[in-house]
Amino acid sequence: MNPLERYAPLVEDRAAFFAACERPLPSVVRVNTITATPERARAALDEEGVGYETVEWNPNLLRLDERGPGTSWPYFHGWLHGQEEVSALPAMVLDPQPGETVWDSCAAPGSKTTQLSALMDDTGIVVGNDNNLGRLSALRHNAERLGVTNLAVTNQDGRNFSLKPFGFDAFDRAIVDAPCSCEGTIRKNPDTLDQWTLEHVHSVAAIQKGILSRAIQATRPGGTVVYSTCTFAPEENEAVVDHVLETEDCAVVGFDNPLESRPGVTEWDDETYDPSVEKTHRIYPHLNDTGGFYCAKLEVTA
Amino acid sequence: MSDADETADTAELQDNVGQQFGRLPATPADREVAGRASRQEVVEFFDERFGIEPAVFEEFSFWEKGKGKIWVFADEMPTPIRIEGLGMTVLRTRQEHWKPTHSAVQRFGRHASQNVIDLTPEQAATVARGEDQDLPEWEGDWGYLIAAHELAGEREPIGVGLYVYDELRSTVPKGNQEALSVL
Repeated sequence: MNPLERYAPLVEDRAAFFAACERPLPSVVRVNTITATPERARAALDEEGVGYETVEWNPNLLRLDERGPGTSWPYFHGWLHGQEEVSALPAMVLDPQPGETVWDSCAAPGSKTTQLSALMDDTGIVVGNDNNLGRLSALRHNAERLGVTNLAVTNQDGRNFSLKPFGFDAFDRAIVDAPCSCEGTIRKNPDTLDQWTLEHVHSVAAIQKGILSRAIQATRPGGTVVYSTCTFAPEENEAVVDHVLETEDCAVVGFDNPLESRPGVTEWDDETYDPSVEKTHRIYPHLNDTGGFYCAKLEVTA
Repeated sequence: MSDADETADTAELQDNVGQQFGRLPATPADREVAGRASRQEVVEFFDERFGIEPAVFEEFSFWEKGKGKIWVFADEMPTPIRIEGLGMTVLRTRQEHWKPTHSAVQRFGRHASQNVIDLTPEQAATVARGEDQDLPEWEGDWGYLIAAHELAGEREPIGVGLYVYDELRSTVPKGNQEALSVL
C-alpha cells in the first residue's frame, strides 16, 4: 500500500493530493543576495535567454522554464542556488537579523544555511552543524560557491551539541530542519517511499525530539526556534513539537504563512497533542504546487 | 622566502597545527606561529596586487588552517578553534607567489581596480571551462590576475587567471568549471 494513503483523512482533496504527488516539481532557484540583486540576476538570465517566472511570495525565488540552474553564467558566479520553493520558508519564518548568532542544527547540504547567511547580509555568525561528515563537504562547497563568509561549520551530534568551542553561550535563533522520512519529497525522488516503514518514522522522531530539545536549550530566552520537516507524518511533526512543549521552556508562536497551508493536527492515531500545535503549518503539495512540508515556530520562554 | 629560511628565522615560534584554525596575528611582529602570514600582510596583498582597499576587510577576521591556507570570517571566534570550517578560503600563502582563491575573487574581486583582465565573451567562456588561451594583447603584470567579463551591465569577476608568456591560464577549480554560453 502507498504509505501516503494514511494521510488521506487529513487532506480535504484526496484526488488533488495524490495527483500533485505524481507530478515532477518545478525547477526553482534562489537569488543569492550576498553577490547579486534579484534585478541583476534576472537581467543575466534574460541575456542567456533562460525563461523564468518570479515566485509571488518571495522576489528572490525564480521558477525556471526548463533546465536546471547549473549551466548558466549567473549560477557560475554564485548568484543563484537551486532550492525547492517550499524549503525557502523556514529561514524566512526564523527571520534572522544581521549581526545575530544563529544555529542550523542539520545544515548540509546548505540551501537553508546559505539562505540564513544572505538574510543576515553575511554578517554575524551562522553555525552550520551536521552529524554527517560526508555531507559537510557539500555544505562547505555550496557556502564557498555562494561567497558566504559568516558560516562556522561543525560536525557534532545535534542532540548534545556543545557550545564549548565558541565565545558565546547561547544562540539568538536556531533552525532544526530535521532529518525525516522525507515523504514530502516524493515529487523530487519518486522512490523515496520504497523504504518507508512505521518503525523508521518512530526512530527518526526520537532523533528529531533530541535535536529540537537541544536547539531550545541552546537558544537564549526570548529567542526563536523554527522546526521544519519535509514529511506529512504527525509522529515527526506535531508529536515532536508536543514533546518539547512538555519537556522544554518554549511556546508555539503563530506566523503569517505566505503559502497556503493547513493547521497542525491535534489528534492522530489515538494520540492527542497540545492545542497550540494548531498554530503550526502543514503544506500539502497540491496547495501551492510545491513539495510537502511542515513548519513550526517556537519562542524560548526561559 | 623558503621553508628553510622560515625555520631558521623563527626558531622559538610554535609550529602550525594543521587541524585547527588559528587567527592571523595583526602584524609580522605579533607572530607566534612559525611562517604564519599576518593580517596586515594579507590585507596589503589584496591592496597592492589588486587595489582592493583595506577598508573592504575591516570587519573580517583572518585564519589559517592547514599549511598556508587562509580563511576569511565575517565575525570573531576564540583562537585556536577546532571546527570544520570558518568562513571561506581566500588565499594560499607559504609559497613564493601568494594565490587568491576562486571564491575570494568571486566574492571580493568587484572591489579590485588593478590587475583585472577584461575578457571578451569568447575568452570569458574559455576561462570558465578551465582552459588556457593565448592572450598576447595583455600588457600588464604577469602572475595572478582577476579574469572578468561584463554581465548584466557591469563588470563581474570570473575567477583567477595566471598570466605567463602571452598566455592566460585558467585556475578555475574543477568542481566549478562549466561550459557556458558565449554571451
